[in-house]
Amino acid sequence: MFFLLALHLAIGIGIVAGGRALGRQAFLVAAVAPLATVIWAATQAPSVLDGEPVTESFAWIPQLGIDIDLRLDAFALLMVAVISGIGLLICIYSLGYFSHLKPGLARLAGVLVLFAGSMLGVVLSDQLIALFIFWELTSVTSYLLIGNDDTNPRARAASMQAIFITGAGGLVLLAGLIIVGQAGGSYRISELLADPPSGGAVNVGIILILIGAFTKSAQAPFSSWLPAAMVAPTPVSAYLHSATMVKAGVYLVARLAPMFAMTGNWRLVVMVIGALTMSISGLRALRQHDLKLLLAYGTVSQLAFMMLLLGVGEYHIAEAGIVLILAHALFKAALFMVVGVIDHQTGTRDIRELHGFGSSWRLVQIVAIISAASMAGIPPLLGFIAKEKALDGYVEHGDFAGGTAVLVVIVLSSILTFAYSARFVLGVLGHFGESEHPVVSQAAHAPRAVFIGPAALLTGLTVLFGVAPFLLDDLVEGATRALYPGSEPKPLELFAGFNPALGLSVLIIVCGTLLTVFRGPAAEAQRRASEALRPVPSGEQGYLAVLKAISITATRVTATVQNGSLPIYIAIIMLTVSLIPAASLASEIGSLPQWVEEPVHIVLVAVIVAAAIGASVVHHRIAAALMLGAVGYAMAGLYVARGAPDLALTQFSIETLSTVLFVLVLRFLPRSWRHGAPAIAAPMRIAVAAAVGVAIFVFALSASNSRSSVDEPSMSEVMVEQALPKGKGHNVVNVILVDFRGWDTMGEITVLVVAAVGAVSLARPGRKRADDDEAPVFEEILDAGDEPAMPEALR
Amino acid sequence: MSDTPITDGPMRARSRRMVLLDTSMKVLYPSILVLALYFVFAGHNRPGGGFVGGLVVGGALALRYVSGGAAAVRSTFRVPPHLFLGVGLLLSALTAFIPLVLGGSILEHGDVTLHLPIFDKVKVTSALSFDLGVDLIVIGLVLMAFVAFGEDVPDAPDASDDGSDAPRKVRMRR
Repeated sequence: MFFLLALHLAIGIGIVAGGRALGRQAFLVAAVAPLATVIWAATQAPSVLDGEPVTESFAWIPQLGIDIDLRLDAFALLMVAVISGIGLLICIYSLGYFSHLKPGLARLAGVLVLFAGSMLGVVLSDQLIALFIFWELTSVTSYLLIGNDDTNPRARAASMQAIFITGAGGLVLLAGLIIVGQAGGSYRISELLADPPSGGAVNVGIILILIGAFTKSAQAPFSSWLPAAMVAPTPVSAYLHSATMVKAGVYLVARLAPMFAMTGNWRLVVMVIGALTMSISGLRALRQHDLKLLLAYGTVSQLAFMMLLLGVGEYHIAEAGIVLILAHALFKAALFMVVGVIDHQTGTRDIRELHGFGSSWRLVQIVAIISAASMAGIPPLLGFIAKEKALDGYVEHGDFAGGTAVLVVIVLSSILTFAYSARFVLGVLGHFGESEHPVVSQAAHAPRAVFIGPAALLTGLTVLFGVAPFLLDDLVEGATRALYPGSEPKPLELFAGFNPALGLSVLIIVCGTLLTVFRGPAAEAQRRASEALRPVPSGEQGYLAVLKAISITATRVTATVQNGSLPIYIAIIMLTVSLIPAASLASEIGSLPQWVEEPVHIVLVAVIVAAAIGASVVHHRIAAALMLGAVGYAMAGLYVARGAPDLALTQFSIETLSTVLFVLVLRFLPRSWRHGAPAIAAPMRIAVAAAVGVAIFVFALSASNSRSSVDEPSMSEVMVEQALPKGKGHNVVNVILVDFRGWDTMGEITVLVVAAVGAVSLARPGRKRADDDEAPVFEEILDAGDEPAMPEALR
Repeated sequence: MSDTPITDGPMRARSRRMVLLDTSMKVLYPSILVLALYFVFAGHNRPGGGFVGGLVVGGALALRYVSGGAAAVRSTFRVPPHLFLGVGLLLSALTAFIPLVLGGSILEHGDVTLHLPIFDKVKVTSALSFDLGVDLIVIGLVLMAFVAFGEDVPDAPDASDDGSDAPRKVRMRR
């Protein structure tokens, strides 16, 4: 499995880096990765379906117990089949879709492969943290794919919206996963399933996880990004935003529902959000004129349907959800492909502009009709079997609180699904074409075989699995058992006898047909209702409001804390440093130390205090710098008195040098401070200074006290003991610097280098003369003999 | 008390050479450098170390600057200051990471005991090269500060090697 992930990574990066020369053939290279995955999955299928998952593990951060554990069980196998099977077809379809070379095409192909690899990672990970990493990778690749046409501002805005919402959801998800993982004592899904954690923290954690899953699967109120993402090329929409990535949220909910459906408010939240999203999106799909947007809202609705099936933690119902994942992938990918074909050949996907397709378009229309019929739930197609099983599940096993209400919502939403499926078909058949709109479809050529072939193949599978559902029995039953160990799923049947579910199916079809026949009055009623509901903010408006609020808050905060005044900067930094850590440390002070150990301390401290006060009252800058130097020297004296020669040595040298450098720089500044209105009034300055002093005092006290409060040998003793045997040095301070804490030193000297380069490059332009155009060059500086060049170079 | 920069005050004062300082520099300067070297090499076992060594060299450079101006500092090290920074960082980073390549952990140190003619038994640890890197960085930092902010003494002998006695114009700073 690691091999497959690495293969995706290598092919993806390879195409992104060097695929430009390949042109459209980049998609053929890209197809290698999903093809290899499909073949590998087929070889593993028999044993996996027998209930023996394939596992691989890689120690990633063993210190934290974070490993990358991959596990292919039957449910993961089903997802892999969807991801790589559809991925393969999308690659072939792209050959037809991208018949004209555009810049960024190779990048699109490469990122598509990277996405496929990330998505495989999501469904193969048995470890929550690894799953999260792959989850985020799918968000990032989705962002890149939506915004691939980087010259289109709409594409950029849509990609920003997508990553903003899914990224924020990802952070929430991470918090939830960590809460659950810590409470359960394990981050492995298979171990958590055997022993699910519970408790107050877990109740919060699962809600956070649900929020993350809802953002990814575009559930209310986070659904606005998915319709916006339709600006992406159709292969991307078909692959990411209908068949795979948006199912990541459903996948996660399906994985965790067996453990947490009974915990806290999981089931309630899933049912409320799922029911709301399913019905609202169904209504919105009915109002679309853009075929792609119609499908997008339909996808949101169907994802909510899957949430309702897989999220309630009842295996009879979940089994229907598993069939629906498969059925939806088949019909929705095919429908998106059809929209792409129409869009590509005619230049529009607005149903008001489409009519009069010739007979050569028959295959496209058949594909559209059959796939839409599967979406509507008409027998004998796979979509019908999924819907029938879902209704049956809720009728027979939905006896939990709210189950009946959800069943009603599912039936009503399915009527809407039937209606928008019919609207899609009528649109593709050219029924809504109006004479005042330009007629564009009449002259359009029918697509080539490679273009419509993948959609036709998917449609063929929809029919095949509908007529012969027993072909899927092993996979669906295995997947159900993988989610719910010990469950006994029922085999799939096209006709399960005259039962309530069949009656509901007939009701849905009849009502849906009526809604389609009377679509004129229905649309009018819907328009009036939506006008009445206009004051209620939509998800899109909510997103914009959040963006605006963030922007305003950031502006205000920045204007307050970074107003350009150095004294205010320093005051804010100092107050933050002194108040936040010191407040928490103050409680740890046990006893006060002995104040004076040796008489010489009194003298040294007196010098320090006097010099410090002097530095703050003198008017000359250089005098103040010298006073500060005196403080430093007296500190060094304290080190000597305490027997720390290394510290004293460093302090003496540092003070000497910094005093010289102070004088060097202060020459460029006015001799004394301005006595205008200070940025901060004197009492405030004194207060800040006092706070800093108290904070340092508290810090020093608690630092020295913390050693006595633990029984273990203190760190300093360990270091003194280990300096010679481990560090090979007698000077403990030096051994700490270069060995025990050498990594810190490494960081510090890096900062030193950056600071040096930065300070000098800041100082140079400031000293440059007005007539000196060229930047100074060191060769000129070194050429001390060249009288005119040298001083100018320095300025 | 005014807002005029203090640039030309000390400059004029310094335009007279300080004979005492110039003369004692001849002895002081090399001695300080030797002391700095001692600090770097002895640092692992006695007070000292790369940081202190670098600072002491910096102190010597400060003396040099006071006596001869920025030109004197430049003529001391005929290598661009940024090279000190780069080489120093490279040296320390290599010392830190090479053990990783050899299968150890970052900054794991090894040591060899050498038998040199005069010093007899000398134990050298790889921490020394790390310390040398720190030393070079500190020297580079001080050099850069003097080159960037320093001032030339107009009639300092080291400031111009062309031997002309013509006094240079003191350029006013902004």
